[in-house]
Amino acid sequence: MTRDYEPVLLANLGVPDSHRLDVYRSRGGYQAIEKALRQHTPEEVVELVVQSKLRGRGGAGFPCGMKWKFLPKDRTVTYLCVNADESEPGTFNNRILMENDPHQVLEGIMIAAYATRAQTAYIYIRYEYVRAHRILQQAIQEAYDAGLLGRNILGTEFSLDIYLHRGAGAYICGEETGLIESLEGKRGWPRTKPPYPAVEGVFRKPTVVNNVETLCCVKHILDRGVDWFLSIGVPADPNNPRDLGSYGPKLYCVSGHVNRPGCYELPLGVPCRELIEDYAGGVRNGKGVKAVIPGGLSMGFLRADELDTPLDFSSLQKVGCLGLGTAAVVVFDEDTSIVDILHRSCRFFAHESCGQCTPCREGTAWMYRILNRIRNGEAEPSDLEILLEIADSIGIIPGTTICGLADGAAWPVKTAVRKFREEFEEYIRTRKGVTVG
Amino acid sequence: MSEQTSTGRYLTEAMRQKLNELAPRYPTKQALTLPALHLVQDRYRCIPPEAIVEIAEFLELAPAQVLDTMTFYGSFFRTPDAPLGQFRIWVCRSLPCSLCGGEELLHKVCHRFGVEPGGTSQDGKVTVEPAECLGACELAPCVWVNGEVVKVTTDADLDQLYERLQAGAIGESAQ
Ligand SMILES: Cc1cc2nc3c(=O)[nH]c(=O)nc-3n(C[C@H](O)[C@H](O)[C@H](O)COP(=O)(O)O)c2cc1C
Ligand code: SF4
Ligand code: FES
Repeated sequence: MTRDYEPVLLANLGVPDSHRLDVYRSRGGYQAIEKALRQHTPEEVVELVVQSKLRGRGGAGFPCGMKWKFLPKDRTVTYLCVNADESEPGTFNNRILMENDPHQVLEGIMIAAYATRAQTAYIYIRYEYVRAHRILQQAIQEAYDAGLLGRNILGTEFSLDIYLHRGAGAYICGEETGLIESLEGKRGWPRTKPPYPAVEGVFRKPTVVNNVETLCCVKHILDRGVDWFLSIGVPADPNNPRDLGSYGPKLYCVSGHVNRPGCYELPLGVPCRELIEDYAGGVRNGKGVKAVIPGGLSMGFLRADELDTPLDFSSLQKVGCLGLGTAAVVVFDEDTSIVDILHRSCRFFAHESCGQCTPCREGTAWMYRILNRIRNGEAEPSDLEILLEIADSIGIIPGTTICGLADGAAWPVKTAVRKFREEFEEYIRTRKGVTVG
Repeated sequence: MSEQTSTGRYLTEAMRQKLNELAPRYPTKQALTLPALHLVQDRYRCIPPEAIVEIAEFLELAPAQVLDTMTFYGSFFRTPDAPLGQFRIWVCRSLPCSLCGGEELLHKVCHRFGVEPGGTSQDGKVTVEPAECLGACELAPCVWVNGEVVKVTTDADLDQLYERLQAGAIGESAQ
């Protein structure tokens, strides 16, 4: 099925000078915004996106059209924040889009701004993405010069300014309200919700936050139509009214112990095994798989016997993962120590917790300390229970924290310890009294 | 305090002009805090305490507000007694890179440039710091040098990195 799939989001990759406006236009670029402006009212564009059942690609999978509909009807000012903070370990698809096809990103932003009546869009881009920043900046300038940005775009009533805003190296600024606070010039502490950004976001005004890839999908929905989008991916389960389906293309990033790490565009729902073997060239040195992170570190782990799980918005929960996340797939070969992997995971989250909620601040620090104890041969098997108890009690899902970072810290712990319990016990037993560096 | 700052010792005229150009983009002055901190750090390779006061004055904020923001972000946090080198090297040690040798790479890079992790070389040329995922995992294990990401697997790669850095021929510009 996935064999005949023709890339859409990455269609311009490898085309010489793909970042230039004339090249983008020669390949059909900026026809979607023309169509939106000339043939549809903003409300109709929102309706198309609702019908497409597009779900956010930034990690949470929230229905995009529904989010846009949450904007208050009587608003006078609306902001669009483009989330290009991309910091989930293993994830780099936003970077690929911005560096290789910046006008596709801008066109998606323009359509979303038209639909939501935003006159200002900020692209919040992570500090490390210097090249992407430069390429986008040039593309924005080209677009202004061509009358595609600024006042009365393409001779219509529609006006839009797009500004790049650089982050400063904090994972938490990818969380949408952390991003908003950071954009306002403050520390990136996530806000308690409600109010949601749609009602009160940046500068206290109604705000839409969308991921770069989500907005690129919007462009193609306008170009190719809702039916095209709905023909790709995994339909909603008719027996489950809460299943919203997984429609459209997805950029899967594959890294770790594979022969061909990279970003692959495939229909949502590709089985993890197919992605690793047919696209990423299988595991290096002919080894077997020990474990896989299916959607960025925060989502937890799959075991080798769970590799037939489709990578879509509903299947991963069935095998204990948090969700699809960013669809960044990290592969570990059979020789990797699960204890070492979890140690790195706990180190990351203990470092990145913003410290605002006690359960997250203390919980992530405790989990990291326990992992250090395990690696130093100082742990007891009962420490695994403490580890699980902490992991089960921090996050939005148990209802103890402001944002989802804590859930993302907990899920690797829960899935690693529960799925690889014997290895942890064996490690603790044999390491006892042995000190490692 | 006020006498020294009113002459704008750290926040130069050019920086003030740049910030004035950016100001219409935002409905508040506070939103210019990160742009201002970036300008200062790019120039001085650290954030001098006096610059905090000057930024605050320029943006009509309390110095504590600027300080509070500054200390939150991993890219800043450099004081004049430990400024960044001319080249900042981040060695990624997040999982995808560490699976491909990222932890060892940190030590190799430190050794090659003669610094401790987090430290700066005697000649002020290079600072080497551990980093989390740089968003370039297809190049694992990789390092970030003044905005350019380089894959470093072999000793020859490391030599090449060293040569390019000595020649000043490395890095990306954001503009
Ligand atoms: C800790 C944390 C980090 C996040 N980082 C990012 C990120 O780097 N990029 C992103 O698009 N979304 C990130 N998100 C999700 C955003 O909060 C938000 O859901 C998303 O930007 C919405 O856009 P979408 O609906 O188009 O996906 C993060 C969430 C959490 C809890
Ligand atoms: S859950 Fe953690 S990262 Fe999120 S707001 Fe609370 S302390 Fe900060
Ligand atoms: S893990 Fe090193 S760049 Fe992503």
